[in-house]
Amino acid sequence: MKLTINGDVKEIKDGIVLSELLVIEDVEQPDMVSVQLNDEFLTKDTYATTTLKEGDEINFLYFMGGGA
Amino acid sequence: MIKIPQSVYDEIVAHALKDTPIEACGYLAGINGEVKYAIPMKNRDASNEHFSFDPQEQFDAFKKTQKEGLRLISVYHSHPETPARPSEEDIRLAYDPNVSYIIVSLAGETPDMKSFIIKNKTVEKEEIEIIKD
Repeated sequence: MKLTINGDVKEIKDGIVLSELLVIEDVEQPDMVSVQLNDEFLTKDTYATTTLKEGDEINFLYFMGGGA
Repeated sequence: MIKIPQSVYDEIVAHALKDTPIEACGYLAGINGEVKYAIPMKNRDASNEHFSFDPQEQFDAFKKTQKEGLRLISVYHSHPETPARPSEEDIRLAYDPNVSYIIVSLAGETPDMKSFIIKNKTVEKEEIEIIKD
């Protein structure tokens, strides 16, 4: 199926859940990304149960912060 | 190397000076290592020692640059009282491998801006080229 991931259209195997997609996208610490699925924020406790479907648009951004 | 127009460089420094003693922070939008403009962000921590972005504001910036065919290629923040080098916290929280990390120090007599690539907790200095505009 085709998914749009951070603006890029990619062919991804059917039936995967969001947490699997983040692994494919080399996200080593899923807790440190915010995710929007079709412009709606997902809570982190749903990453493993959210099944993606053809045409979904997924954007993920890393937590951004630091010190001094 | 990251290329920054003089006007954007000046804007980043002005942002840091305006917000001090609070840390200023923002994204730099660009493509192929060349910055087009700065996106000042709210420092959710409102602290002189910490900064963090608001996720909604992050997505707004991301979508704006996507529509323009640009990317978020760098993150900047200021160090009001410490040198322009990544702190332990900066390194620990540098999760995004796709951006460079710019630090503007106000600790000296004049602002000092440096850029770093931080991947897997390893820091590498990145040259900044200022482009006249």
